[in-house]
Amino acid sequence: MSVFAAIVVGLVQIVVVLVGGPLLLGVMRKVRSVLEGRRGASIVQPLRDLRKLVTKQRLRPNEASWVFAFGPVILVSTAVVVAGLAPLVTTRPPFSVSSDFFALVFVLLLGSVFLALSALDTGTPFGGMGSSRAMTVGALAEPALLVAILAMAIPAHTSNLATLVRAGLAHPELIASPARILALGSFLIVILAESGRLPVDNPSTHLELTMIHEAMVLEYAGPDLALTTLGESMRLVLLLGMLVNLVAPWGIANQAGPLWFALGCAVLVAKVTVAGTAIAVFEVFTAKLRLFRLPELLAGGFVLALLGAVTAVVTR
Amino acid sequence: MSNAPLIVTGVAGLAATIAGGALPRRVRVWGATLLTWVSCAAAIVGAVDVLRHGDSLILRSSQFIPFTGVNLALKPLGSVFVIATAVVAVASTLYWTGYAKHGFSTRSASAAMALFVTSMLLVPAAASVSTFLILWELMALSSLLLVLTDQARREEARSAAQWYAVMTHVGAAAILLALVILSTHAGSQSFDAIALHSRQLPSGVRATVFLLAVAGFGSKAGAVPFHVWLPKAHAEAPGPASALMSGAMVNLGIYGILLVGDQLLGGGPVWWWLVVMALGVVSALFGALYAATSTDLKRLLAYSTSDNMGLILIALGASGLFAANGNHAASSVALVAGLLMMLNHSVFKSTLFLAAGSVQMATGSRNLDRLGGLMRRMPVTGAIFLVGALSVSALPPFNGFIGEWLLFQGLLHGLPTTSTAIVIAVLVGVGALALTSGLTVVAFVKATGVGFLGRARSDEAILASEVPRVMQLGAGLLAMLCVLLGLLPMLVLGALDRAARSVTGTSIQSPVRGWSALHLHGLHGVIAPLLLAAGLVVVTALAGASRRRAHRSASPYPDLRSTDPWASGRQLQTPRMQYTATSYAEPVQRVFDDVIRPARDVDVSHAAESRYYIERISYYSTSDDLIERKLYRPFIAIVRWWGERARSLQNGSVHRYLAYGLFALVVILAVIA
Repeated sequence: MSVFAAIVVGLVQIVVVLVGGPLLLGVMRKVRSVLEGRRGASIVQPLRDLRKLVTKQRLRPNEASWVFAFGPVILVSTAVVVAGLAPLVTTRPPFSVSSDFFALVFVLLLGSVFLALSALDTGTPFGGMGSSRAMTVGALAEPALLVAILAMAIPAHTSNLATLVRAGLAHPELIASPARILALGSFLIVILAESGRLPVDNPSTHLELTMIHEAMVLEYAGPDLALTTLGESMRLVLLLGMLVNLVAPWGIANQAGPLWFALGCAVLVAKVTVAGTAIAVFEVFTAKLRLFRLPELLAGGFVLALLGAVTAVVTR
Repeated sequence: MSNAPLIVTGVAGLAATIAGGALPRRVRVWGATLLTWVSCAAAIVGAVDVLRHGDSLILRSSQFIPFTGVNLALKPLGSVFVIATAVVAVASTLYWTGYAKHGFSTRSASAAMALFVTSMLLVPAAASVSTFLILWELMALSSLLLVLTDQARREEARSAAQWYAVMTHVGAAAILLALVILSTHAGSQSFDAIALHSRQLPSGVRATVFLLAVAGFGSKAGAVPFHVWLPKAHAEAPGPASALMSGAMVNLGIYGILLVGDQLLGGGPVWWWLVVMALGVVSALFGALYAATSTDLKRLLAYSTSDNMGLILIALGASGLFAANGNHAASSVALVAGLLMMLNHSVFKSTLFLAAGSVQMATGSRNLDRLGGLMRRMPVTGAIFLVGALSVSALPPFNGFIGEWLLFQGLLHGLPTTSTAIVIAVLVGVGALALTSGLTVVAFVKATGVGFLGRARSDEAILASEVPRVMQLGAGLLAMLCVLLGLLPMLVLGALDRAARSVTGTSIQSPVRGWSALHLHGLHGVIAPLLLAAGLVVVTALAGASRRRAHRSASPYPDLRSTDPWASGRQLQTPRMQYTATSYAEPVQRVFDDVIRPARDVDVSHAAESRYYIERISYYSTSDDLIERKLYRPFIAIVRWWGERARSLQNGSVHRYLAYGLFALVVILAVIA
């Protein structure tokens, strides 16, 4: 692939994720409202909200430093970089030298860390509370995530995500292997925790004592709030995109060529929408877990991943 | 090859020590510093030369040390440690020239500082038992003096120095025993002769030597459970000294394990390396957990040193394990990962300790619960600390990340194996790596966020101002190195690989290659840190610019306004309402309650009139070191009990002492006869 084509592919992936993120939020909210017997807003409502927010004034707490201003920007830029490098639309993403699963996860972690730092920079109790909780959840989700990556990487002899997806296309039996299923189960729990969905965090709450993510971004207004919302929704699309391509890679562009590529885009959108809808349906029937019950959930995720890794070694 | 670099290192180091002890106060620190730089520069020249050409620098003389003489031979492995020490030393001594004005320029401190650096530069070059032990002791004693610098003002410094003195000498005794066993069997005390003869030793003796060395050197590296001195001594030593201790001295513990395990004993059975890995896993988890719950900035950094040394021990253990199992590609990746993590740790941990020293100088406090808001008052120091914190949290594009990525790859590629021990070791290793990195992120978001961001929590923090330029420069150089090594790890990987291959003795191709992207040769692993960083910088700039532009095109008002943060509808929001370091770590502490077992005490005093009115609630909570409490304190109590008993023998009566003498004489005569 020429450098030019690589850049085009990367930009298209970024645009899909940029626009797809808020739309996915819209779809998930719509599904929830319909199931709860409400009509709900249009699925483009989150995009309209973003358009409104960018025209507003940014507010900064009196004693905040530059870190506060940087937090939302870094959150979005880490998501954009991962969107450009991950195998979402095609199995041969641009600069595939960097689509290492481990590296992508740590780039996303950089965004979370900056958001947690900005929350502390507000100098308010809520910021600290959200930051402390989010980091604790993150710290406990990380073992599950890395061991799940290890479990998937053992049969393929690599932790490169693009190669993992290609291996799934070439050997479909890999996907149905017990190791992969266990690892993906653990990955799903991690996704729910990292993107602040039920049962870990309630994305629609504004009750101070129960919120995690919302407490961190409480002080952001205008374009900053737009960036944090955008960044969070992009992260959800990215994580779900990686998940669906590991569960069902079919349809992803495996050859070069604009037609394959367009098909890849359409299939990705369809698959992520299905996954998002499934999560929204699940959320309707689930209550939020108590904060101090969360370690049990995440430890469960870790055990799943560990079993997956053990099975991967044993069934070789 | 000429041995001039070794001679210059030693002579300039001695001159620096003498200058520190003899020069008048005005020029003392700069004199010692400049001579130390000469010593460091010579050491770097020699070490780079050794790494480039692969042969050793040798200096043998029967002078200087009575009976045995000096025996130095700088080899590729030792060179890596020399370079790490020299880099940290140059930056720390530069920082010291600014720090010294505040009561750290006494004769003893200046001389100890120079001697400490020189001995650390020469320890990896020692090639005989006596030379090694003498340099090792010089290093321990000079650092002990540095820990005691503040003892006039701080009671804790005295207690820390006591712990350090005892632990380092127990460790030195274990090392001495191990080396003496080896040299008696070899009939010579030169390391070359020992390495030649050690193969014929019975396996029980080899195992004893290895375990003694792991315990002795592990205690220097801060491996749990031999770590108890480390959070005390590293926290009490003045800024530049603690940077040297945590950035350079702990490395030499790792060097010692490699020296005895690989070079003197020539590798060993699988279980040796499982012991090393287990020690690493325990240290990594214990250190990370205590770092996440500490409220003292320098204690937090010290526990994080235990944690990082644990990860390096995991890498060494995995490397030995894979080598014992015949998987040389994974073995050398793991060893290179270990060395890279060691080098990275030297750079970022000394960055952090120097920044913490600046904070302590500016505010007089290390307690995170009394800091806050320093990013606005000390912007350079704050940025330096942030870079160090992101590096230690292993976030791309900073240097800690590449090391952890390599370790992960090494562990992953060690896996296709039939050995159950390796499978379990790898899984536990990856789990520990993951949990540790999660907890490290908590610890350093807490340290940065509570220490530097938000609002100032005390008057000292409100009045803080930036430290002198030369201190910013010393710490800033190291922070820049954190970024450089994160973007271009290939600068050092070639040299580390050569050092690693000199240890494992394998002739396989270099496992890491590539310039812009890092490929693992023969394994499927590739990463491009420069590309990641470039992407992040470009997108961040674009996002930041578009944020401003979107507003400007839509609204006539200024795009940014400072305001009071939201206070739930109330007017008053004081800095005391912010989350403190203690409250930040509370969820983690609660999750790991069974491991930390904090001592808590809630004391409620009721008003005299009625039980339903509460007058005062006092809450006391401490999480002192569990191992110190459960392992060392009971032992100390037993020793003290025996001491008390023995004291009753001495009551000052001369008659009784004469009776003791007579009794002893009779016993001795009886034994001889």
